Amino acid sequence: MYSASDLRKNLRLMLDDDPYIVVDFQFVKPGKGQSLYRCKLRNMLTGSQIDRTFREVDTFKPADTEEKNMQFLYKEGDSYHFMDNENYEQIALTEEQVGEAKNFLIENMECKVLMFRDRPIDITLPNFVDVVVTDAPPWIKGDTVSGNYKPVIVETGYKVSVPPFVEQGEKIRIDTRTGEYLTRVKG
Amino acid sequence: MSAHWKLEAKREALETRACVLHATRAFFLSRDYLEVETPNRIPAPLPESQIDALAAEPWWLHPSPELCMKRMLAAGYARIFQITKCYRGHERGPLHLPEFTLLEWYRAGCDYLRLMEDCEDLFIYLSGAMGIGNRLTYRNREIDLSKPWERLSVKEAFDRYGSTPLERALEQNRFEEVLTLEIEPRLGNLKPTLLYDYPLSFGSLARVSKDNPAFAERFEIYVGGLELANGFSELTDAAEQRRRFEKENEGRSKRGRSPWPMPEKFLEAISRMPESAGIALGMDRMVMLFADAVSIDEVVSFTPEEL
Repeated sequence: MYSASDLRKNLRLMLDDDPYIVVDFQFVKPGKGQSLYRCKLRNMLTGSQIDRTFREVDTFKPADTEEKNMQFLYKEGDSYHFMDNENYEQIALTEEQVGEAKNFLIENMECKVLMFRDRPIDITLPNFVDVVVTDAPPWIKGDTVSGNYKPVIVETGYKVSVPPFVEQGEKIRIDTRTGEYLTRVKG
Repeated sequence: MSAHWKLEAKREALETRACVLHATRAFFLSRDYLEVETPNRIPAPLPESQIDALAAEPWWLHPSPELCMKRMLAAGYARIFQITKCYRGHERGPLHLPEFTLLEWYRAGCDYLRLMEDCEDLFIYLSGAMGIGNRLTYRNREIDLSKPWERLSVKEAFDRYGSTPLERALEQNRFEEVLTLEIEPRLGNLKPTLLYDYPLSFGSLARVSKDNPAFAERFEIYVGGLELANGFSELTDAAEQRRRFEKENEGRSKRGRSPWPMPEKFLEAISRMPESAGIALGMDRMVMLFADAVSIDEVVSFTPEEL
């Protein structure tokens, strides 16, 4: 059981029988009065956000979620196949369940899959991923003005803005949390 | 590296802080107040249901200097002030630090109405010292500090700004919720607001209002939506105070906290205390106003997380 004073960002808890994650949290307390905890929570099944204010006496069950270390194996049609690193069991996720993560999944990548009662609901990727640029417009010579970006497509099909000197066939590093280009990777 | 940069960036706010502290002392000294220091480590705090003290084995760190300062008041120190660190557990937010600086002052022979005027004078003195005249700019609002400030009773505030009248909010245990979420942001935006006459259960050390026994002669200062200070006419009836402390201890038990021992020396002292009024003002928040800060973190050299 959690009490209201355990509330903090990223805490996962059960509300009305659904798993929620705290996305924003603020402690408020009027002089001589009881403490209040204002929270913004996201329903981890539907993605919808709600605002709730809790009091010190409120208690919550931790969300019935479990994080499993898995390896991404391959994509087949709309299915993304993963292997549980502990028991080598394989599971398949739909494109919808994979969500944004599909932009950065490359074969043999280690990631964390969050399960809610045997149902995968979220994937946490490594913060940085190195991917090959598969399609890039050619660099127009002399175009060295900083702040000038061009769109390229990487091996996962993800479109990203990069500096003009990045060429097709090169490897680049992307921050999976922001989806932004970081640097070129040599070799 | 980044921590170093953060500390460097606080210089202007910390200079404002030093100026506010010096000017506050100058204000009280010019009015014949005696600056006092009382122990921060005490055997037990006063029984209050909603405040958690921090342990300093085998004693406790004071959540406020109220206990010792009132014993001084009872012993004949008629005008005293103190600026001291205070400690409260489980309080951390944009306006709360577990270790913070409180200004308390007590004055014999006056009630909470007279104390409200002291507050007006203090702010005008401070803004003069800061060289900003009577106009304070806080979070893109210009607030007129000149006298008289707005005086608004708690009941009026609930009627004017709340979705629920005061009586119903109390019945539903939603007093704090309506006050902090609906009313507070509306207070003190043009001129500071003195919010006064709190329900008796929210003024456990305050005198009962002569006009309306359901209310305590307690007030709070709000400037730009920020709650700054809590003052009241002191209760000097030891028997009544003992009953209220017992009730506060019951409230503690309901929250799963152990009750505090009856502060016998304090109770003995207040029976000898003259008619008086006292107030506690959060210095960190006052600095926030003059430094135009959004968070209390901006006006202290180090937060607990940065240590």
